[in-house]
Amino acid sequence: MTQSEWPLWEVFIRSKQGLDHKHVGSLHAADATMAIQNARDVYTRRLEGISIWVVESKHVHASNPDDAEAFFDPANDKVYRHPTFYDVPASIKHM
Amino acid sequence: METVEINLEEQFQARIDADISIEPKDWMPDAYRKTLIRQISQHAHSELVGMLPEGNWITRAPSLKRKSILLSKVQDEAGHGLYLYSAAETLGTTRDQMLADLHSGKAKYSSIFNYPTLSWADMGTVGWLVDGAAILNQVPLCRTSYGPYARAMVRVCKEESFHQRQGFEIMQTLCEGTPVQKEMAQEALNRWWWPTLMMFGPKDADSPNTAQSMNWRIKRFTNDELRQKFVDMMVPQAEFLGLTVPDPALKWNETKQGYDFGDVNWEEFWNVVKGNGMCNKDRLGARVKAHEEGAWVREAALAHAKKRAERAEAA
Ligand SMILES: [Fe+2]
Ligand SMILES: [Fe+2]
Repeated sequence: MTQSEWPLWEVFIRSKQGLDHKHVGSLHAADATMAIQNARDVYTRRLEGISIWVVESKHVHASNPDDAEAFFDPANDKVYRHPTFYDVPASIKHM
Repeated sequence: METVEINLEEQFQARIDADISIEPKDWMPDAYRKTLIRQISQHAHSELVGMLPEGNWITRAPSLKRKSILLSKVQDEAGHGLYLYSAAETLGTTRDQMLADLHSGKAKYSSIFNYPTLSWADMGTVGWLVDGAAILNQVPLCRTSYGPYARAMVRVCKEESFHQRQGFEIMQTLCEGTPVQKEMAQEALNRWWWPTLMMFGPKDADSPNTAQSMNWRIKRFTNDELRQKFVDMMVPQAEFLGLTVPDPALKWNETKQGYDFGDVNWEEFWNVVKGNGMCNKDRLGARVKAHEEGAWVREAALAHAKKRAERAEAA
């Protein structure tokens, strides 16, 4: 038997106008047109979406979970990036 | 080297104990990966093969409404299979490999689908009982430790309750119909009750892997716990329909606030698992035939995509 597996695609769906496309899963398809049609059938049978993006999985680059600490920790000690870090006098309004 | 390995394994278990989900690229023990591939693909195969007994009735549904509903349900089951195959693929197996294992008989699927669907009442019973049992199995898996599996199960569970309700509605319609229709419903319940109880798997005492699976949170209740829940849930529904559960040992137990019930015929269960059920050969045969007869379509689609890509490049 020949290796005949269709490429893998990641599916992103916008659930309603004004919202982001969100990753919902993946599927196999021979090309982008078929991937979008299959995504319609597999992931939006109950009006879950109004717009679909598909990206061939091999084009997705991801951060490495083993580096997660070193990679994301620098944001950890910068509390001054959040508004709650600042004491606003009680008499000051609209800030 | 040894100590590093142990630490990874301890960290892994600690994450699971803290309900932190495991994602595809995270380190995981080999046995966890293998067990999950087996469990998820087996589940996917059940969704796929599960379309056959119901597909059998699409052309013979008693009304256009019932036909549309059944068609939608069967289409959902195809979707469930696809969500689950995708989840299994994130663990490093391929779709081709999983299908090859199903078709060669190496991989298993739920034994329930090796029973025949003989009358329209079976569409009611399958939706009501079989999907009901599947829901009990599946809802706890929405909180399973492996992220892609849990997310697939959330999707599946959202769609399952329509399956059970349409089945119950078929039963209710038959039970409120003519005496012959009610008899049909009873006869279907008689045939499906015990095989449905088998869906939860062997008794806890004969299920040696349960403890490990519970530790890994890829199983959240034992087989016997789920079976008990199922009986407690279903008996009042059968009573509502005016049907008799075919178990003379069935009796309410006030102390345990649940039903006592008879023992499943485990010999029959193992016999079906080993491939000797009424429909094992039919089901697998139908799968293999569909796969083989679809080969040219899969190949043609690839060739077409390749040709178009080349043309686009040349232009
Ligand atoms: Fe399903
Ligand atoms: Fe279902």
